Amino acid sequence: MKTPLHDQHLASGAKLIDFAGWEMPVTYEGVREEHVAVRTHAGVFDVSHMGEVEVEGPGALAFLQRVLSNDVAAIAVGGAQYSCLCAEDGGVLDDLFAYRLGGDRYLIVTNSANHAADLAWLGRWSRDFDVAVRDVADRYAMLAVQGPHARMIVGRSLVVAPPPRMRVSAERVGGRPALVCGTGYTGEDGVELLVDPEVAPAIWAELLDAGVVPCGLGARDTLRLEACFHLHGNDLTPQRNPIEAGLGWCCKEATGFVGAEAVARARAGGTAERLAPFRVEGAGIPRQGNPVMLGEERVGEVTSGSFSPSLEIGIGMAYVRSELAEPDTEVEIDVRGKRRAARIASKPLYASPSSPKEK
Amino acid sequence: MTEAGYPDDLLYHDQHDWARLEGDEHAVFGITWYAQDSLGEVVFYDPPELGAAIDKDSSYAEVESVKAVSDVIAPLSGEIVEVNDALADSPEKINEDPYGEGWLVKVRLSAASETDALLSAAEYRKLLDG
Repeated sequence: MKTPLHDQHLASGAKLIDFAGWEMPVTYEGVREEHVAVRTHAGVFDVSHMGEVEVEGPGALAFLQRVLSNDVAAIAVGGAQYSCLCAEDGGVLDDLFAYRLGGDRYLIVTNSANHAADLAWLGRWSRDFDVAVRDVADRYAMLAVQGPHARMIVGRSLVVAPPPRMRVSAERVGGRPALVCGTGYTGEDGVELLVDPEVAPAIWAELLDAGVVPCGLGARDTLRLEACFHLHGNDLTPQRNPIEAGLGWCCKEATGFVGAEAVARARAGGTAERLAPFRVEGAGIPRQGNPVMLGEERVGEVTSGSFSPSLEIGIGMAYVRSELAEPDTEVEIDVRGKRRAARIASKPLYASPSSPKEK
Repeated sequence: MTEAGYPDDLLYHDQHDWARLEGDEHAVFGITWYAQDSLGEVVFYDPPELGAAIDKDSSYAEVESVKAVSDVIAPLSGEIVEVNDALADSPEKINEDPYGEGWLVKVRLSAASETDALLSAAEYRKLLDG
């Protein structure tokens, strides 16, 4: 599948890869340059492959409270909140943002690889509630404009007033209704724009004219990893619960969400393994699947690994035995047969001066 | 990054490596412009040990960009007599100057006749265009 910005990517010289069935730009001029642009200035990512689901009706709050792990009642109109979508056993089916657009109207943004399965799951649980669940993925192109200057440039070049962090506002962008969200996945300040696909190319061009750097999925991955944001499919899977993933903070078991009992048990009893960020001490770049070693014993596995353009070392996240998942613990990563010394770190691996706290 | 180019004085391996013969017994190896462009900015070069024996068509080193790791294939067989230590601090030389400062290793050749199987610059360009 192609996003509404496919021609723009080709014109900008993007290298395209397949991502969950979508032809997506992985980089334009180079992952490192794009990464640095977001840390120091502003970059724009086409994330139109993300899915959108609208939930509307008198039962919307009660329904979302049932399926999402966080306390949905805490979202005011115009607010945003991060949540897990859990199975009955507590396994993480997806992680997502919910935006409250009106009293009884919410929008949730899904990971593209999970969108169809999420829709089926939500549809199944919605039967007990007075609510409509609609796939509105075709209605939106999504552009993430991120970096310390992103908010200012979006405000000036698109003539909107970006909302504060973790808020959403309905605006007109490119002459059409749009949602401007104070959220992101880079550890920098910025906004995410949900716009009419028809006007997405003009908005993209406007941002590039204003000096925003086009960025691909490569930089998106290194930025989110430095910020220790999870990638579903790597760091989160249906085989892991939010507690071992370090996402207990977005689980409010008192709401009785699907999976709450399992999450409560994991929280009370602890888990055998926990997700921990780490830095490689010298040479070597860890990659997904590399074993984590303590002496001759395999004590975990890397779920995300990369070179960090900000720190100029190898970094990653790994599920390791819980007793080892403490900052400063020394381990080794087996990188294709070579042992690389590494140290468990605290979150985030890199904190930008403009870094917002929430995902 | 440099402009695309494939110098005529080099021999090429179809896995996107080059060899520059130095006399009858030695050669310098590196990766081609195409290889470094496909990989993207190189952030790490893991060289072989001095004295290591390497075999034609087999991996002897690794280069990594931010996103991916790639094996480097030996265009000829021999023994490593020198590695480019400067790449430890500035692996980006592999992108900036793939046929000059971005050279990877110097090798004492063990089977000089193997050069017959390598490609000329013209043949390698044709392979890329194919």
